Amino acid sequence: MNDQPKPILEMLGITKRFPGVLANDHVDLELYPGEVLALLGENGAGKSTLMNILVGLYRPDEGEIRMRGQRVEIHSPRDAAALGIGMVHQNFMLVKTMTVAENIILGLSDLPFVPDIREVSQRIRELSQRYHLQVDPDAYIWQLSVGEQQRVEILKLVYRGAEVLILDEPTAVLTPQEAQELEGVLRIMTAEGKSAIFITHKMEEVMAFSDWVRVLQQGRLTAVRKTAETSPQELARLMVGREVLFRLDRTECVLGEKILELHNISATDDRGLPALREVTFDIHGGEILGIAGVAGNGQSQLAEVVTGLRHSTQGRILIRGKDMIHASPLAMIRAGVSHIPADRIGMGAVGNMAVADNLAMKGYRGSPISERGVLRPRSILEFAQRMIDAFRIATPTPQTRIKFLSGGNIQKAILAREIDACDGLMVAVYPARGLDVGATEAVRKMLLSQREQGLAVLLISEDLEELLTIADRVAVLFSGRVMGIVPSTQTTVEMLGLMMAGVPLADLPVSTPTTANA
Amino acid sequence: MRIVFEKRQSVSRQAILLVPVLSFLVSLVLGAILLLMSGVNPLAAYAAMARGTFGSVYSLSETLVKAIPLMLTGLGVSIAFRMQFWNIGAEGQLVLGAVAAAWAALFLHGVIPDALLLPVAILAGMLAGACWAGVPAGLKAYLGVDETLTSLMLNYVAILLASHLYYGPWRDPQGYGFPGTAQFPAAAWLPRLWGRAHWGVAFAVIAAALLWFILNRTRWGFELKIIGENKTAAHYLGINIARNVLLALLLSGALSGLAGACEVTGISRRLQQGLSVGYGYTAIIVAWMAQLNPVAVLFVAVLMGALLVGGDQVQMMMGLPASMGLVLQGMILFPMLAGSLFTEYRLRLIRREPVAKTPTATPVPTSEVQS
Repeated sequence: MNDQPKPILEMLGITKRFPGVLANDHVDLELYPGEVLALLGENGAGKSTLMNILVGLYRPDEGEIRMRGQRVEIHSPRDAAALGIGMVHQNFMLVKTMTVAENIILGLSDLPFVPDIREVSQRIRELSQRYHLQVDPDAYIWQLSVGEQQRVEILKLVYRGAEVLILDEPTAVLTPQEAQELEGVLRIMTAEGKSAIFITHKMEEVMAFSDWVRVLQQGRLTAVRKTAETSPQELARLMVGREVLFRLDRTECVLGEKILELHNISATDDRGLPALREVTFDIHGGEILGIAGVAGNGQSQLAEVVTGLRHSTQGRILIRGKDMIHASPLAMIRAGVSHIPADRIGMGAVGNMAVADNLAMKGYRGSPISERGVLRPRSILEFAQRMIDAFRIATPTPQTRIKFLSGGNIQKAILAREIDACDGLMVAVYPARGLDVGATEAVRKMLLSQREQGLAVLLISEDLEELLTIADRVAVLFSGRVMGIVPSTQTTVEMLGLMMAGVPLADLPVSTPTTANA
Repeated sequence: MRIVFEKRQSVSRQAILLVPVLSFLVSLVLGAILLLMSGVNPLAAYAAMARGTFGSVYSLSETLVKAIPLMLTGLGVSIAFRMQFWNIGAEGQLVLGAVAAAWAALFLHGVIPDALLLPVAILAGMLAGACWAGVPAGLKAYLGVDETLTSLMLNYVAILLASHLYYGPWRDPQGYGFPGTAQFPAAAWLPRLWGRAHWGVAFAVIAAALLWFILNRTRWGFELKIIGENKTAAHYLGINIARNVLLALLLSGALSGLAGACEVTGISRRLQQGLSVGYGYTAIIVAWMAQLNPVAVLFVAVLMGALLVGGDQVQMMMGLPASMGLVLQGMILFPMLAGSLFTEYRLRLIRREPVAKTPTATPVPTSEVQS
């Protein structure tokens, strides 16, 4: 018994109730030094709650936490940090108007009154090189892409020398290459005797990253497995409770009229630097055009230009042949463009308003939700109930504030609203990011049914499998430029990967240059 | 056993009603301690306060006199605050509204029919208040200028402009040197209900009902709510933020301007020194205490009005120093403001079980699944 290593962290019988929900029901957890533990479960299974308890954002109603065998009370993230526990949240906790270096030292307790930012920047540069987390310490957070922001979050923990690193769906915003790099980071850290817990619902990641896996279902711990002794199939079954099919039927679709046309569109990012360079493509009705690329290569700017949220600096944009250059977001909405934004909580929904209100936020301009400028509360409720049923949005009532729903259900509500309002083009940005297997399947099915109804879909995704499964054609963005557009049936992950790394389609060392441009 | 302070998932109706009442009781206890220390019987003092504010028809009218401008400016401020537009210029908007109403009453008399004089004076006041709020609103909406500074600075401009007018060009030649204009013609007097309480209270009630309807039942109100909650989402949903903020602020200023117009046509019947006793600033407290709810603003304004009158009463009746009235007002306000926290948060007692149960993981999941 004595040669057994002692766990660095134990959570015993953790129970957490929210009004109306039992988020954690006597959950146990053990973590040993040098070990990576995967916490697997569907949306709303209680993974994030459990980890938020560990970092002191929530207090458990019952149960106790032991660190190195000692019982500890964690009242705040500062307490957690002092114990060497740090977390990278799904929604980043960064101050947008401050620089990377400032964010990293923010909240450090042993900070001098006037911190030497240059010294901090130097140390950040060293750490970012050591862990391959490329970030400019002097850049402002608002200037960074989501992927870069995550690197800052990880650097923040590394900088503070956390012993237990908690990562909430870390790979959701990363490319396959970046995910591999993250695996490298974890390997270096575990070799140093540190340990990590990562929250995920992707079986491949559990298999690749972890030593142990704990499965949560509806707040309860339902299984503990050694990763080496389980399989993705078993994990999927344990997580969902039924066999999951990963196949989707993509029927042949007749191409309709040309709905969206971009001609030589260029645009700048928030810093005024070029973000899109002479982007040209079109999408027909009944077609899904996928956009692949490493985060920060112009995808968000592309979505913003097409939805009227950002003005292009040159080029032409047409919807159903009509010139829409510098059209306002409202003009784009009126032209039938729907938008599922990447930032669900920040942009796609109004957290403090009811689910019903959020569902009505596209339809409120006209009948039946409003008549001559006056809202009709009964119509809002009826519409909401219809959407809640049709899209299986799990909400206590339509009047519940939407921020109390799980991420997957917020996304379903946004999808419901946008799909209902869509009349031509659907711009979907990372629509399945962070969703569990069931919800992902639902989202993809919805996009396919949009296509079958003759609508055009612009699907921006970092998931190459997803693009190859549901897109008709895939365009690859690198540094704001389209590297090539290929039919999804005539390409491979490797080909896309090369283009994502900046090799134009014309230069690909492929024997059959299928430059089919539909 | 442990006490947990946690955010309420939904604001309960009971809490909305109960919290102010309990806070008020705490206020009274704190005030009583203070009064005891000054050697005054607190019960006698509170009785004097109650008599002086709600005890008679006359005292009720005096409470209303103070409450009416607080209602109107409180409504104006709350609509601006709902847009997260920190309009602290209600005072200036009120004063400028009073100036414009005075101008109409003094200089349009005989020019337009008498029957139109009062409506025109009131509309002029609203228009002036709207324009005065429109300046910081326009600067903010189109140029991104911080509204707290601009709206505050414009208060001084309006107050000094008013005093320039009643000390200088508009001063009553027969006024024995008293700083103020001549009395308005009777056609420009806002009718009184009883005592000095005037019809402004009807304007305030109508304005509150209208605001409630706009915010809860109209498309425009829906857009205002979204803007107030999340500007990024508003932009994404195709809502014109600049135009809506500007429109809401014009409405906000018009309400404060209306307060000023009512003050000069209903109370003083002339533009004179001592026009506003900081109603525009007290309105900020009123708006917050009412949680920006237009209907609640009416009641909170009456309470604040009573506090203003009651403070004066205690001071006069009990022979306390003048500052004591102010201290007492503050003492009463403080728990009420602090108490509003409990409408959003609640305390919960948790009993810790003697031994934490640690059931081992049940290995096989059940077949029932909720997606």
